[in-house]
Amino acid sequence: MLVIAQEVVDAMVAHARRDHPDEACGVVAGPAGSDRPERFVPMVNAARSPTFYEFDSMDLLRLYRELDDRDEEPVVIYHSHTGTEAYPSRTDITYAQEPGAHYVLVSTRDPVQDEVRSFRIVDGEVSEEEVRIVATLHRGEPV
Amino acid sequence: MAVEVRVPTILRPYTAGEKAVEGSGSTIDELIADLESRYPGLRERLVDDAGLRRFVNVYLNDEDVRFLGGLTTAVADGDSVTILPAVAGGSAAG
Repeated sequence: MLVIAQEVVDAMVAHARRDHPDEACGVVAGPAGSDRPERFVPMVNAARSPTFYEFDSMDLLRLYRELDDRDEEPVVIYHSHTGTEAYPSRTDITYAQEPGAHYVLVSTRDPVQDEVRSFRIVDGEVSEEEVRIVATLHRGEPV
Repeated sequence: MAVEVRVPTILRPYTAGEKAVEGSGSTIDELIADLESRYPGLRERLVDDAGLRRFVNVYLNDEDVRFLGGLTTAVADGDSVTILPAVAGGSAAG
């Protein structure tokens, strides 16, 4: 299960809407081992494509250095699908390389209705998980 | 001295869980071969017939080796190499 604050969900959806029809992407970082998505980090989609996303390689290095320095990890890796459902594509599954992350997909295919779903992707296996959106992710509260 | 190699989470099963390992060699290719001798299976995850795999990034200090010399990029004692899986995907049914 992914437990995440409403404001972080809103930020991911706003990013996805802003970049529509291109796919948007980013991470939500949290203290290593905490499973708490606390710090919203939108990234540039270097592919600038409606059907593909990729972090720029130098942005990726800077991001991981920063996470390391702060003793954080990418708790959530999110991206949008702009014409299809919020479900991992074959491409998503092939390239998913963070077995500890929650892969959040946001679909903006409907101009009004947002779709936000979360998945684990490990060794090519996709499992959907419940998303519990809370008003505030209280510090120290077990998730 | 040797070359420090930082290993991403997904490849740590090959390095007994170590986040950073040491290797030696005068090029990235030799360094990877040296690592393979102690961490079997690692090379296959980094390299294919065409060179570095498309969705693996290897950095020498602060540079992506793709913009240097790829596998033939020279490395020296005291350099730091970072391996990071690309973060990529998308709705295209690739």
